[in-house]
Amino acid sequence: MTLRPFDRRSFLQMLAAAGSAPFVLDIPAAHAETPLTVGILYSGSKQDYGFNQSHAQAAAALKKLPGIKVVEEERVPETIAAQRSMEGMIRQDGAQLILATSFGYFKPHVLEMAAKYPDVTFAHTGGVWTAGMPENIGTFYAYIFEAQYISGIVAGHMTKSKKLGLVAAKPTPNLLRSINAFAIGARSVDPAIQVQVIFTGDWVLPVREAEATNTLVDQGADVIAAQVDSPKVVIETAEKRGVMSCGYHSSQADVAPNGYLTGAEWNWITPYLVYAGSVRGGKKPEHYLRAGISDHFVKNSPFGKLVTPEARAAAEKARADLIGGTLVIYSGPLKDNKGNVVVPAGVTQNSNDRVLDGINYLVEGIIGQV
Amino acid sequence: MDVTSIGWLTLPLAILGGAIRVSTPFIFVSIGELITEKSGRINLGLEGTLMLGAMAGYGVSYLSGSPWLGVLAAGLAGTTFGLLHGLLCSVKRVNDTAIGISLIVLGTGLAFFFGKPLIEPKAPALPSISLGFWSSMPQVRAALDVNALFFVGILLAFAVYVFLNRTGWGLMLRTVGDSEDAARALGFSVLRVRILATMAGGFLAGIGGSFLSLSYPGSWSEGLSSGQGIMAVALVIFARWRSINALGASLLFGGAGALGPALQGVGVTGYYYLFNAAPYILTLAIMVASTSRAAPFADAPGELKLHR
Repeated sequence: MTLRPFDRRSFLQMLAAAGSAPFVLDIPAAHAETPLTVGILYSGSKQDYGFNQSHAQAAAALKKLPGIKVVEEERVPETIAAQRSMEGMIRQDGAQLILATSFGYFKPHVLEMAAKYPDVTFAHTGGVWTAGMPENIGTFYAYIFEAQYISGIVAGHMTKSKKLGLVAAKPTPNLLRSINAFAIGARSVDPAIQVQVIFTGDWVLPVREAEATNTLVDQGADVIAAQVDSPKVVIETAEKRGVMSCGYHSSQADVAPNGYLTGAEWNWITPYLVYAGSVRGGKKPEHYLRAGISDHFVKNSPFGKLVTPEARAAAEKARADLIGGTLVIYSGPLKDNKGNVVVPAGVTQNSNDRVLDGINYLVEGIIGQV
Repeated sequence: MDVTSIGWLTLPLAILGGAIRVSTPFIFVSIGELITEKSGRINLGLEGTLMLGAMAGYGVSYLSGSPWLGVLAAGLAGTTFGLLHGLLCSVKRVNDTAIGISLIVLGTGLAFFFGKPLIEPKAPALPSISLGFWSSMPQVRAALDVNALFFVGILLAFAVYVFLNRTGWGLMLRTVGDSEDAARALGFSVLRVRILATMAGGFLAGIGGSFLSLSYPGSWSEGLSSGQGIMAVALVIFARWRSINALGASLLFGGAGALGPALQGVGVTGYYYLFNAAPYILTLAIMVASTSRAAPFADAPGELKLHR
């Protein structure tokens, strides 16, 4: 064999050979009794005091379980990089379950990877599986608006100015559903209560979120709630201004030790375990998994020190009624803030009612516009 | 917690408060960039310097207990980055714009890496001066709770004006920025001046970053900067390379940025995407209005590679 000069092509061939060798050798090992490896992708920082942190907390809980190994990657962009990350977890770490936690990972990245790796289970947060998509995909989400309703009840009991402020990112159906639930909860305490919403226009805009919080406090709101990706700044600013606050995604209690009342939190460990169980049992994943407070998919932060016994009792009662099914948040008659009837009298829209997926209104008592 | 609604009065108050709260990082970064550009180089990396400064300031404030030490550390971190940019760009045929962009990535990456353990701890924040003590309205008091760095920023704008126009060193800096050949002929060390100017720019940008983490919004997180460092570069062009104008532009930008949330606050709930874009629309409008066909680059330092 003649010695060829080292060129780009042979270098690439060498790289490919080196890269694929370990995974080819690994395949038999994957079938042996090895721990279940779960790969988790986050779009942002695991410590964002928000959405990603809620997932990271569930991942930390998952790690503690015997027979489960967790590999994580944070700040994975919703681009082809997501596919590279998933592929790396599958090939190098032998992940059998991929949890893709950001909305933008679904199309086309999870779909393509699931087609390429039919033996791996993919579970995606927020996507909707439809017939024709690969069978090894599960989509899950949680009815966080039920927890937001309970936060609304606590805020409604605690407010003195009868005005609540809410800093929200964008008017997407999921956010609108939660904003409305917060207002319905607060106004179930006292119909005179108003909720003022400010949309910042994007998911993470710390300076504008702080500005919005200041404006709401200037307008007389004495409880501030947040529906942005990382509510830390909103809750901190509310604390600095000396008003009360309600959190979102995960607990922000430690940034507002005085004014933090409660918050609506995801409890992702429940769906994680559902999918880990289906992989273990060799079953197809649940394609469309949605549940709320009764199935422990969401929860509320522990009450802050200011929360009165009456407010606690009312919140606990609402929780029990939601779990018992005697309380339905979207029950008619319900008007939007322009006076149109959106849920007629006698009609109830349960949490799992797909009608709520397309919600595009703000209910009566909310100052704001979609 | 005795807060009452003040209705439409919120609007001017929010714009004033916003101008004071939001503009400070813009003032520091834009004046820093102005000094660098006056020497004939453009440092696009100030976004990375800003993030690094925000992280370093927060970290040192947390560890030492003194926020002012944090500000100093942020400035020094920025100076180091300025030195790096200055040295790299002094190598022949190295493009300052490309180096700047790579420094954005490096600075942000370093800040995220070293900032991981700083997300949860609470560092002491910079004190603010209550100028609203005369008012019984809590809203006015909150709006006039002014951070000391804001005043430093205003003084800085005037100091830089005097430095550039009334001192020998300022003249040297402008000469280097306007004509390399002339500066050489006069015996100035072009590279040394440029490296020092980039370091000074980095120092100020680092301080601007520390304002974000130590005052407003006031904690370290990875999403802290939403492009302030990049906008500051644009503000320098907008201000026609004059420090007093840069101060005005920063104030305008801060005030206009508060418009979006404030209008929704007083009940103008529609068109918020449009109002949120107010600072950018305003910048564009003024830039278009202030263009000159006859001498489009009349105010730009001659050595700036923007238009060669």
